[in-house]
Amino acid sequence: MLTSRYNEALPINRLRGAMHRLFEEVLEDSASSHSGHSQAATFPALNVWEDTSSVFVEAELPGLTLEDIEVLVTADELTVKGNRQGVMSEKQVYHRQERGTGAFSRTLRLPLSLSTDKVSATLRDGVLLVTIPKAEDVRPRKVEVKTLPA
Amino acid sequence: MTTTTIEKTESQVTPAEATWDGLLFRPNVDILENEEELTVLADMPGTCSEDIDIQLENGTLTLYAKVRGRQSASQRYALNEYGIGDFQRTFRISQTIDTKKISAEYRNGVLTLHLPKTEQAKPRKIGVKAVK
Repeated sequence: MLTSRYNEALPINRLRGAMHRLFEEVLEDSASSHSGHSQAATFPALNVWEDTSSVFVEAELPGLTLEDIEVLVTADELTVKGNRQGVMSEKQVYHRQERGTGAFSRTLRLPLSLSTDKVSATLRDGVLLVTIPKAEDVRPRKVEVKTLPA
Repeated sequence: MTTTTIEKTESQVTPAEATWDGLLFRPNVDILENEEELTVLADMPGTCSEDIDIQLENGTLTLYAKVRGRQSASQRYALNEYGIGDFQRTFRISQTIDTKKISAEYRNGVLTLHLPKTEQAKPRKIGVKAVK
């Protein structure tokens, strides 16, 4: 089961957290695979922001290397997918297993005004940062203001 | 050998708590045991080995990692699904750990902590002799 740290301060995430806890309590014994599925669909959690020249997409992917991650970009979609391997070996017993393993994939719709052919991605200390430059025609342009002669 | 040796001491339902200098998160962990040691794996993305503090005192293991903000505090997000803040988690360990041999490494955002058992705590095979 893949989980991430939601920003609890946001109302939507508070609601989601409350719903998730509710369902976890109700379905605790019978349907662990079901709740695991719904969580996998939202992993990894993403933070997205922009400045004047680029859009940035950040995800926390601890334990993964660049070989485990695929970042795919089409004209209007960004997909982050990968697979986290388990650490279990023989002669070991788990006392606690909270770190999710397995395959994940998440797709984000992008506005069309991005130059998706110039995307770059870095992975550092388990944090993936994808930088997508904006197309030239949507960057803010400084407009010269001229004084008209009286 | 498979007795539960580690108990969680803090509440489970609060992933983030406000502290005086920002948010504090409870990292997800795996805890494994074999004959030689307990191994703790903690997801702590975005920190570095210098900013991780591990303490084992009177059977209480505390993991703490400082996470420096990657965006400015006033950053506005188009999508904000997770928060960024320090990590902290506390465990109670009832196994006897050889504290001099504890080692830890931080790689790809995961802290791996090796807690070797003392010689007395390791399982010993008792030979049974046949008596004629």
